[in-house]
Amino acid sequence: MTTPMTVPTARTGPTPRTAIPRFKTRGPKAWARRAPLLPALVFMIAVTQLPFVATLVISFFDWNALYPNDRHFTGVSNYSAVATDPALRDSVVTTAVLTAAVVIASVVLGLLLALLLDRSFPGRGVVRTMLIAPFLLVPVAAALLWKHVLYNPEYGLFNGAITWVAKLFGDTTPPQPDWISSMPKIAVETALVWQWTPFMMLILLAGLQSRSMDMIEAARLDGASNWQIFRYMTLPHLRRYLELGVLLGSIYIVQNFDAVFTITSGGLGTANLPYTIYQTFYQAHEYGQASAAGVLVVIGSIAIATFALRVVSSLFREEASRS
Amino acid sequence: MTSTAVVALPPAARRARRKGAALGLLAWLVGIVFVLPVLWMVLTSLHSETDAATNPPSLAASLTLDAYRNFFGAGGGASPWPALINSATASIVSTLLVLVLATPAAYALSIRPVKKWTDVLFFFLSTKMLPVVAGLLPIYLFAKNIGMLDNIWLLVILYTSMNLPIAVWMMQSFLSDVPVSIIEAAQIDGARLPTILARVVGPIAGPGIAATALICFIFSWNEMLFARVLTSVVAQTAPVFLTGFITSQGLFLAQVCAASIVISLPVLAAGFAAQDKLVQGLSLGAVK
Repeated sequence: MTTPMTVPTARTGPTPRTAIPRFKTRGPKAWARRAPLLPALVFMIAVTQLPFVATLVISFFDWNALYPNDRHFTGVSNYSAVATDPALRDSVVTTAVLTAAVVIASVVLGLLLALLLDRSFPGRGVVRTMLIAPFLLVPVAAALLWKHVLYNPEYGLFNGAITWVAKLFGDTTPPQPDWISSMPKIAVETALVWQWTPFMMLILLAGLQSRSMDMIEAARLDGASNWQIFRYMTLPHLRRYLELGVLLGSIYIVQNFDAVFTITSGGLGTANLPYTIYQTFYQAHEYGQASAAGVLVVIGSIAIATFALRVVSSLFREEASRS
Repeated sequence: MTSTAVVALPPAARRARRKGAALGLLAWLVGIVFVLPVLWMVLTSLHSETDAATNPPSLAASLTLDAYRNFFGAGGGASPWPALINSATASIVSTLLVLVLATPAAYALSIRPVKKWTDVLFFFLSTKMLPVVAGLLPIYLFAKNIGMLDNIWLLVILYTSMNLPIAVWMMQSFLSDVPVSIIEAAQIDGARLPTILARVVGPIAGPGIAATALICFIFSWNEMLFARVLTSVVAQTAPVFLTGFITSQGLFLAQVCAASIVISLPVLAAGFAAQDKLVQGLSLGAVK
């Protein structure tokens, strides 16, 4: 599932926590220092790194679980099969579109909400709590809520509301769209945006609240308008937090399985990579190909992840130098 | 952006105030829009099945707890208790394991740091960045070979590995908040490590450790891909039960709502309890 990677920016300058004098860092003393770390480290390597090595090995074998005796080494043929499989290529595009749409929409909405919540008004705590609620539903429950309770064409809340409003205007045959079949991708994306906007809002709100108020007051006294303060002070300050939101959001949403599985069962062109791999191995039993696809997903993720680690590490260094 | 009301300029102040009130109202409106589906789900779960499936929706229908009774097996369906107990086992035991592994690790990364402690920290983080799905197959094959399929302890181990990096990062940042001078003072007073941990580090980092535990609990409780692939009848968790419950019982709207609420309740409770530290946990300690 995971693989170690070099973190080019992890080397921070002088470590901020060296106040306890280090006497000897070699020999038994150093091992005494390392000892508390080892159980966690060994556990992580065993549970997350070894399976990936196994995935890599299996990806070079022709292995279908339905024909276990046919298992043999095939070199890179799984990779060429995966690369030329239209379903898999579609799911790469679907994953990219789904992730980008959900992340961008929820970051923009989250920024607007964070700006609204950064001011004080009566009941701010209540509104904050209401906004977080969608994020705290079990993802499967949230997906079921959208599929059955909101989108359902016969008795879902959306069509119910349309009927109700139409009745007010005397229309007895209001339109009753089948939301999921007519716009499957948007249906999945909307449900995800609803769940992820609170996450983005929380990160950006933390960013807004870490601004220096003195500087903003000073700018205001110098005659800067609200827009100028936002454009030239708030937004640059928020850049890090926006990057962090985008990257963490991408990491979590690229892996989304629950919403796709529940709302459309991967049908109607909504199958993303995790769903396709799940299907390749769970239903088609093509172990070799599923592994090759898994390896490709990992390679793709390393690109995002390296960038993500760089952002986290720069925030981390900032925090470290502040304290 | 809070504009300080300038007392000397009543018209401007009044304008700012009116604008503030309008924006406050807008915030309330957006909040209500976001929470509305959840409230609607609660209301639907309290309706009878016939009232739940009307178009237009029946807002004022009489309330009943039938959906909850049916969900808990009064209607003759499968009882959700085994799945809920499995979820609780997997989430609670894995969270405890995470704390047992992460606390000493975080200690060795903050209070008495090893050499190159940032590299170790980023190794933990990097394991969180890559898709779970890539490791699914070997884990499945491994579990199948040693007879661990449909066994809740397999999920306990996997959820521990899923949450350990988050916990190490969070705890590292909480333990860094403990002033070194206090620890040194305690050492000079002759306190040994267990005493220091219990009397000095614990009280300061305690709330953070509690929040870490709650967040690990939430992630384990929510997890579905592993649970879906690696468990079937005996060890199925609540989210798996929830999806299976739909297909096996046909659509009962009120019951779906009741089931979703019951299964989300532990997460809602844990989430609101950890509200203040939620961002720090979810951003892996990068945002404080």
